[in-house]
Amino acid sequence: MPEKKIGNQTLQFNSKPKLLSWSSIVGPMEGKGPLGKHFDLVLKDNLLEGDTSWEKTEQKMMQHSMEIALEKIKLQAGDLDFYLAGDLLNQIMNANFTARFLGISFLGLYGACSTLTEGLSLAGMLIDGGFAKQVGVSASSHYDTAERQLRYPTEMGVQRPMTAQWTVTGAGSYIVGKADSGIQLTHATIGKVKDMGVSNANDMGTAMAPAALDTIKAHLQDLGRSMSDYDIIITGDLGVLGTTVLKELFHKEGYPTDNISDCGLLIYGPDQDSHSGGSGCGCSSVVLNYLLGQMLNKKARRILLVGTGALLSPVTSWQGESIPCIAHGVVLEYYG
Amino acid sequence: MVVLLKAFIIGGILCAVGQLLMDLTPFNVTPGHILVGYVTGGAVLSALGLYQPLITWGGLGATVPLSGFGHSLAQGAIEGAKNKGVLGALGGGLEATSIGVAAAVVFGLVVATFFRPKG
Amino acid sequence: MREKEEQEARERLSKRQGNIQPPTVFDENLKTRLEKEMLQDHQKAVMWEAEAVNGGKEKYKSLRQEIEKQQQQLQQIVINNYKKDTQKLAQKQTVVKNTIWAFFVGGLICTFGQAVALLFMNGGLLEKEAGSATTVILIFLGALLTGLGYYDEIGKVAGAGSIVPITGFANSIVSSALEFKTEGFIYGVGARLFTVAGPVIVYGLAVSLVIGLIYYFI
Repeated sequence: MPEKKIGNQTLQFNSKPKLLSWSSIVGPMEGKGPLGKHFDLVLKDNLLEGDTSWEKTEQKMMQHSMEIALEKIKLQAGDLDFYLAGDLLNQIMNANFTARFLGISFLGLYGACSTLTEGLSLAGMLIDGGFAKQVGVSASSHYDTAERQLRYPTEMGVQRPMTAQWTVTGAGSYIVGKADSGIQLTHATIGKVKDMGVSNANDMGTAMAPAALDTIKAHLQDLGRSMSDYDIIITGDLGVLGTTVLKELFHKEGYPTDNISDCGLLIYGPDQDSHSGGSGCGCSSVVLNYLLGQMLNKKARRILLVGTGALLSPVTSWQGESIPCIAHGVVLEYYG
Repeated sequence: MVVLLKAFIIGGILCAVGQLLMDLTPFNVTPGHILVGYVTGGAVLSALGLYQPLITWGGLGATVPLSGFGHSLAQGAIEGAKNKGVLGALGGGLEATSIGVAAAVVFGLVVATFFRPKG
Repeated sequence: MREKEEQEARERLSKRQGNIQPPTVFDENLKTRLEKEMLQDHQKAVMWEAEAVNGGKEKYKSLRQEIEKQQQQLQQIVINNYKKDTQKLAQKQTVVKNTIWAFFVGGLICTFGQAVALLFMNGGLLEKEAGSATTVILIFLGALLTGLGYYDEIGKVAGAGSIVPITGFANSIVSSALEFKTEGFIYGVGARLFTVAGPVIVYGLAVSLVIGLIYYFI
């Protein structure tokens, strides 16, 4: 048996890596949302001044968020042993360009909206395994770059169905390392790919819910815990419909669902016309900033963040294939 | 005024049918499907002689929707076939709709050149 | 040895067939067991097929395909059950509201077109010419509103009401050209102009040609 793996899918980080620093940059719509004041920087426009493409802006958002996270604890990029990052663009180009700028050992990640938890899990492993002292993790998404790649051009007059989620324009960065105190990363549960045959790119919540169910169940089983051992179990991001489906699935199996929430539900207000809530790598990446703030304020002591990714490709989508989905969970604790 | 009201009614109905097609069919009906469907559907109805009555009654209400574009294509091809035979059938459709196609391409190019997407 | 293993695999195959019958609601444990069993047998069949010489491949190939069929059947049952469970949860599309908006906006665009055509006719144009001129005006307005960023706002409310009229055709042409300007004028604007216009012209022409030919030969 591997020593640090518990049960089938869960990893235990005995050295308790800490989240040393974090930051978030969001677009104007997210800034107007209920969490607006918890983000480090709110852009005035979805395009940064002087940029000729949304892709360039998204890349800068990711890069700037990492720079802010570094500057908060007076570190340099060179102090990081590894950089783990990903986004939604084909070939994760934003992460690649950001890594080029930072100039540190880089592992590119693709897990759609689960990219952040995938990154945090790997960061925990690198540190707990003794391979690194400090690891940077970033994830980003941008409404316009995602929409034009995965669905329609943004200026096309299409009606978004009520089941559609709104891709968050945002980037979040985290620095994981060793420290005596702070918010600690205790466990990670690596998910399996689940596919329930949903092929509608406008209904990713229903597609992703089974993956979240599977990972959360595996996590609780592996650790012998129950839902109530967590102050909040937060998925990122199933949206309104997906969360309803997930709760329904849990009800069917007799689990309580009181402390289940979703990043996609928190980021936009009901008046913001996002339909089924937020989605995208950027969603959980920026909402986690807010959650960590809540933890520091002692509003929550132990949370389980379950990043849920719809592994959607425009190519296979046009070929009529269904959407495989994955979910990774990380446990964060704070007793300071 | 009656002409305008008739155009409103027939145009509205044609659009409402499109909306029902999008909302009530189990398939993922995209704008592309709707546009292609209306053009080909309009052409077929026109060939069967069912579209001309709509235009006679509703005027532009029946020609502004894309099914009207299909009607022009079909009538052009039929005219061409009558006057010039096989070659006419081949070229008649585009001849009848050439103004619209050219306008769409040219305006598309101009707007794409001078504007920037807002997102 | 190989024969015996194959024999066993085939027995398991036929035994499984009894388990995989819609519309069973699956016991989670049974499902996991079947999936695991199928994975194992499939792996064996692939190996046997790879190792077999010329004539021998056929029977392993058929075994592999049988297993794949079962895997798909099982997956399909799971998918159907999931679909049944989740369908009722989806928020209903507001069909009535959407249709009324589509009717209203679509009707309004057509009325505007009619009014423009009447003006042209008052100005002395023949009915057919007035129609063509109006088409040009509408396409121009559709393109312009797209460039200014208003057409997608209209489309959000109007749905088919702003897709079906010729202005919607202009919108779909311009929106993709505009959006891909960042990829240059040849493969960006030039090529993307025809993302939606292409299919419309292709199938419109194809159908009209068939119609023309039918008329010619009858």
